[in-house]
Amino acid sequence: MTRLAELAESRELLANLTLRELRGRYKRSVLGWGWSLLNPLTAIATYWVVFGVFLKVEPPVGHPSGLHNYALFLVCALLPWTFFQSAVESSPETLISNGNLIKKVYFPREILVISASTSILVTFLVESTVLLVLLLIAGNMVLPWIPVLILLIAIEYLLVLGLALILSVCNVYFRDVKHFVSLALRILFYAVPVVYPVTLVPEHKTILGIDLPLRTLYQINPLVPLVDCFRSVLYDLRFPDLGQLAYVTGWAVALLALGWWVFSRLEPRLAEEV
Amino acid sequence: MSAAVGVTDVSKRYRLYHERNQSLKASVMRGRRAKYEEFWALRDVSLEVPEGTAFGLIGENGSGKSTLLKCMARILRPDSGRIATEGKVSALLELGAGFHPELSGRENVYLNGSILGLGKRELRSRFDDIVGFAGLEQFIDAPVKNYSSGMYVRLGFSVAINVDPDILLIDEVLAVGDAEFQRRCGDKFAELRSQGKTIVIVTHALSTVKEMCDGAALLEHGHLIEVGDAHDVVDRYLGDVFAPADGAGATTASNVERVELLDAAGRPASGLRTGDPVTLRFHYAIPDTLHEPVLSASIHHLDGLEVARPSVRVEAAGGPRGCVDLHIERFPLLSGTYDVTAALTSAGAPIGVPDRAHALRITVDRGADADSHGVVALDGRWETVTNEVAP
Ligand SMILES: Nc1ncnc2c1ncn2[C@@H]1O[C@H](COP(=O)(O)OP(=O)(O)OP(=O)(O)O)[C@@H](O)[C@H]1O
Ligand SMILES: [Mg+2]
Repeated sequence: MTRLAELAESRELLANLTLRELRGRYKRSVLGWGWSLLNPLTAIATYWVVFGVFLKVEPPVGHPSGLHNYALFLVCALLPWTFFQSAVESSPETLISNGNLIKKVYFPREILVISASTSILVTFLVESTVLLVLLLIAGNMVLPWIPVLILLIAIEYLLVLGLALILSVCNVYFRDVKHFVSLALRILFYAVPVVYPVTLVPEHKTILGIDLPLRTLYQINPLVPLVDCFRSVLYDLRFPDLGQLAYVTGWAVALLALGWWVFSRLEPRLAEEV
Repeated sequence: MSAAVGVTDVSKRYRLYHERNQSLKASVMRGRRAKYEEFWALRDVSLEVPEGTAFGLIGENGSGKSTLLKCMARILRPDSGRIATEGKVSALLELGAGFHPELSGRENVYLNGSILGLGKRELRSRFDDIVGFAGLEQFIDAPVKNYSSGMYVRLGFSVAINVDPDILLIDEVLAVGDAEFQRRCGDKFAELRSQGKTIVIVTHALSTVKEMCDGAALLEHGHLIEVGDAHDVVDRYLGDVFAPADGAGATTASNVERVELLDAAGRPASGLRTGDPVTLRFHYAIPDTLHEPVLSASIHHLDGLEVARPSVRVEAAGGPRGCVDLHIERFPLLSGTYDVTAALTSAGAPIGVPDRAHALRITVDRGADADSHGVVALDGRWETVTNEVAP
């Protein structure tokens, strides 16, 4: 509990470190903050051309919104995925790249991980605002759904934070974590319904004579229901499935607790290992 | 007076990795984690730093000074033992205490201040003091990566002391600043101490320790060798470093075979007091190669200061061996430990650094009416001026 109190006292430091991340990120680049919009725009354009135009993935019609647009269907899931992916992918480096600080000053070390995740959250929030505007232009009245959207973002943030705590501290002791993570993320992208709708995954499939409930297995991955929830709110304009919401929340809380525990176990020797 | 920092039986162990698994390939090839050996950087160290004093940590490279300081700063956690600190701790360790090179000095002051625990409002009100003390008004908006190492340290130091700590921990950084900055630091330390703040400083500048610190601790290979009055601890350390060779230091290299200390009656003496009459006797052997030989003696204070270098022309009268006395009526050096070395050289030739491992070590005790500070007794005479007209 003293750790929590200490953490609470370091709010200001958290804010400053987050600002440092944000300021440092685009320092000395000509486009500066433009990059944080240009990056997702490029991704959207690429996926839209490949999957929407070439492969002609048929987006479902939003219910009850009636929206029928592959690009928007894509973006509603791509943004939460990008948040997850960039936060998790950068997390193994968080402590190591701040080694200088860890070796020379005392402060609760979690702050570094929290501020790194938070700075990426800020980018995500900016992108989400742009998305809301696009949805409004397309005729989707998302404004009343903003509170639910914020709830979803908060849940995803906790999930990301839990993972980041684990990955950041493990990578200090075992530097392969970083490589493993980027490999896993590349596979995970296609295992989450970002560029295609969930309905594309068959309910059942017989593999080697065994009848597998493929859709159910597929949905064990908490990112699947999470992305689905985002889509329900933004694309369909409907409250997410409560079962899914509870399931994802459970994961987020469990990962955060695990992350906290792992971090406090491995944290004491950080200053000499980074 | 209570202890500001209490260190009780602290041990700290490091892991020395032979080869770290840093890539996937290396770890797949070798299996799980890298192998390591354990290494004790601190072993059962106990000491107390009294509140409101300046305390020095000294010892050779790798003796564990920085490790101990980092334990005090809570950056490292000891494997066993306890460290209790009383009040707010601010640490300045080595260069650049967590500056971000791309950010400007101004941004870094705010960032660093909040890392050290200052609120935004406090920082804003102290900002001018911080920059003023560092003397970097002109450069405060330039990115710190363009700072010189001295400027880096000045800014870091300035933030660290303006945090208003109760305990200030400093590792080896002050030497980088220029003379002017060091003077300002000295003043600042005096000010902090008069406010009852505690300072712990790690340094190799032993004269600084003697000048500034009340107490000191000597570490060697992670063990605490001595703790106590700064002067005594520094002398002990210097005594270890420049220990005379076995055999009571009576032999010197370079053709001077022996140096003796004799008292007024001509008997060998082991020690003396300021103001005593003494004789230094040098036994030498002149080699054939040396023409117009000159015997130069050198007296060093343990700190390394050479206090005198008397010399004399010597003759090879009866044979190559000879003996010359230096009579000193009132020995002028104040209490302390001194090394006497001597060498024969040709007249006019430069004298190399005397090898202090072969010195005669003499210990001078405080004489009856000698001063307690300084190096020499001036033997002056005070007189009250009575007929001077006041301006
Ligand atoms: N992170 C580390 N991992 C392994 N060994 C370390 C680590 N840090 C220090 N050591 C070892 O611990 C010992 C003590 O180091 P420390 O830095 O405390 O020495 P020091 O007394 O400050 O020396 P110096 O005068 O050179 O600054 C050294 O032998 C050093 O090699
Ligand atoms: Mg050191």
